[in-house]
Amino acid sequence: MTVTDILLLALGAVAAGSALRVVTTTHIVRAGLWLVVALGAMAACYLVLTAELVAWVQVLIYVGAVVVLLLFATMLTRAPIGPSPELDRARFPAALIGLGSGGGLAALFIFGYRWGKAELAAPGTAGVLGKEIFSGWVLPFEVLSILLLAALVGAIVVSRGERS
Amino acid sequence: MNLAESPKLEDFGHDVWWIILIKVVGIFAFLVVMTLFTIWYERKVVGRMQHRPGPNRVGPIGLLQSLADGLKLAFKEDIMPKLADKAVFFIAPVISTVCAFTAFSIMPLGGMVSIFGERTPLQLTDLPVAVLLVLACGGLGIYGIVLGGWASGSTYPLLGGLRSAAQMISYEVAMGLSIVAVFMTAGSMSTSEIVAAQANGSQQEIFGSTVTLPGWYFLMLLPSFLIYFISAVGETNRAPFDLPEAESELVGGFHTEYSSLKFALFFLAEYINMVTVSALCTTLFLGGWRAPAPITTWWAGANEGWWPLLWFTVKVLILLFVFVWLRGTLPRLRYDQFMRFGWKVLVPINLVWILLVAGVRVAANADNTVRYAIYGGFAVLLVGIIMFWPAKKQVEPASIAPEKLPEGSFPIPPMDLVVPPSPRTKRIEHAAAAPSATPEQGE
Amino acid sequence: MDPSYYIVLSAALFTIGAVGVLIRRNAIVVFMCIELMLNAANLALITFSRMNGSLDGQIMAFFVMVVAAAEVVIGLAIIMSIFRTRRSASVDDANLLKY
Repeated sequence: MTVTDILLLALGAVAAGSALRVVTTTHIVRAGLWLVVALGAMAACYLVLTAELVAWVQVLIYVGAVVVLLLFATMLTRAPIGPSPELDRARFPAALIGLGSGGGLAALFIFGYRWGKAELAAPGTAGVLGKEIFSGWVLPFEVLSILLLAALVGAIVVSRGERS
Repeated sequence: MNLAESPKLEDFGHDVWWIILIKVVGIFAFLVVMTLFTIWYERKVVGRMQHRPGPNRVGPIGLLQSLADGLKLAFKEDIMPKLADKAVFFIAPVISTVCAFTAFSIMPLGGMVSIFGERTPLQLTDLPVAVLLVLACGGLGIYGIVLGGWASGSTYPLLGGLRSAAQMISYEVAMGLSIVAVFMTAGSMSTSEIVAAQANGSQQEIFGSTVTLPGWYFLMLLPSFLIYFISAVGETNRAPFDLPEAESELVGGFHTEYSSLKFALFFLAEYINMVTVSALCTTLFLGGWRAPAPITTWWAGANEGWWPLLWFTVKVLILLFVFVWLRGTLPRLRYDQFMRFGWKVLVPINLVWILLVAGVRVAANADNTVRYAIYGGFAVLLVGIIMFWPAKKQVEPASIAPEKLPEGSFPIPPMDLVVPPSPRTKRIEHAAAAPSATPEQGE
Repeated sequence: MDPSYYIVLSAALFTIGAVGVLIRRNAIVVFMCIELMLNAANLALITFSRMNGSLDGQIMAFFVMVVAAAEVVIGLAIIMSIFRTRRSASVDDANLLKY
């Protein structure tokens, strides 16, 4: 077992553990904090997987903007300090479904890839990714820009409420 | 020795552990000293602007004032509000400070130097996407403020925290966009390479004639520079954008409930953030650690050894002066004005500017027909925008009919209330018209 | 290093997120769980990109992030307007369309 392996196991444990806390904690804001930890650990995983740019963009977009927005909304919807009761529904059926789907996914992946060893890919730096996006992925990129614009307009319309 | 002194990306990551340790401790010390100095500097400059001496008691010309204040802060009682979320309340200032320190790790303070015989760049580390790291740290720093405000369990801090979250997210967008033009021009996101790209002016062919463009980006990319600086002021919650801690509205904003060392940490983070955005501004737009042009012409060694640290610090201090200057002169914006300014002015201008820069860059690399097509396109676009610019909406005069109020409410003035001219202004006008005449009646 | 480890991790995270969506009642926490699931998918995509030595997976991960940002913006706007009218952020309270 090398140092990287231990690092990977630790990162995975942190990610999975904090994800579990997101689902189980009764403090709403703390759920957001645990989500930050989970996303940060995943960003570190991306770094280890040599996806450098994606890792930093993950921190920038997810941790820096998306979760802040979520916390913002939490606070606007009266986030109490301390546990909030009645946060959970019946656990048993959901857990059953979840475990089934999770096990299925894991089995699928493992059988699909049979623990194959991988070659070291070139690191995903900004330059390489940019070339790739603007050569082979231009159409999806443009479609996404339209999606973002639509989301922007939609959010303004929804949050503006009705105007007489 | 010449400009080959500037470090390449490959020069990073080979340091011995004790060199890294020295650099880390050095940057830590630099930031703490800069914070102490900036607090004093700010008070002194604002004092001068308001015709008073500023701090002048502790140490020579008051230099040790902020150190004394810091010590006093450390010995104060640490108060934990009863309703606070204890863990989060404790973590929040730590998050702020850690993010503030981390962001500085990629600032290039100088070229290659030798520390105890080891040749190493005067910069802790560099990444191919280093500037994104600064932005990411800025994004994480928001958590400190939001969580601090929320965990205090009190209204004013919560409002301050919410304002700050909205403000920093909005201005981070403008800030990120303003840097895009620099990325495109420099062709890199690594700070050391951006500094190296500004070392020499580039030769550009415009309409057949060769023009040498200035090397530093603040001239060539002036809109980016201005937008970056404005959004940096917003991002660091400084006046006139200091809405999260607007004293007259929110007591102290997110840190109202904080005291002692935790408050000191927030304060430290704020000042380090100021230093960091100034340092990033220096790196991106003001040529980084390189000496300004007149010095390099008569002194070739200005960019060698440890001298760059001096130029870098001087540039940062000049930018910090602008921060203080803004604080000393401008009144605080209202929240809606502030948001409108960010989203409706800074971001659109930025987008158009990026389009322009990209067009010019494509034109510079293309052959003549394409180039003239692009320039012609810009001209058509410009004319189109001017022609179809929406006219200002006529403001409808407010109705004179009094508003229907429910029983028992306070009387309010009518919407179209005309205030009679103040007798004072008349007197001033009068005095201005005839400066020699003495005022008729003194009070 | 064995990339399959990441795939198992991503499956586990996806499962946790899915369970969270099913058992949590607060709309915003449900949102957080959805983010978790999207991130698990991203992790799988990046691992695939690493295994195949091509960058397509990373680009897909980028696109997922952009879609997630759009989704959060719209979702939060809807949650806020529901909260404004019904004074509750619970997904079980927004049930008027059921009847």
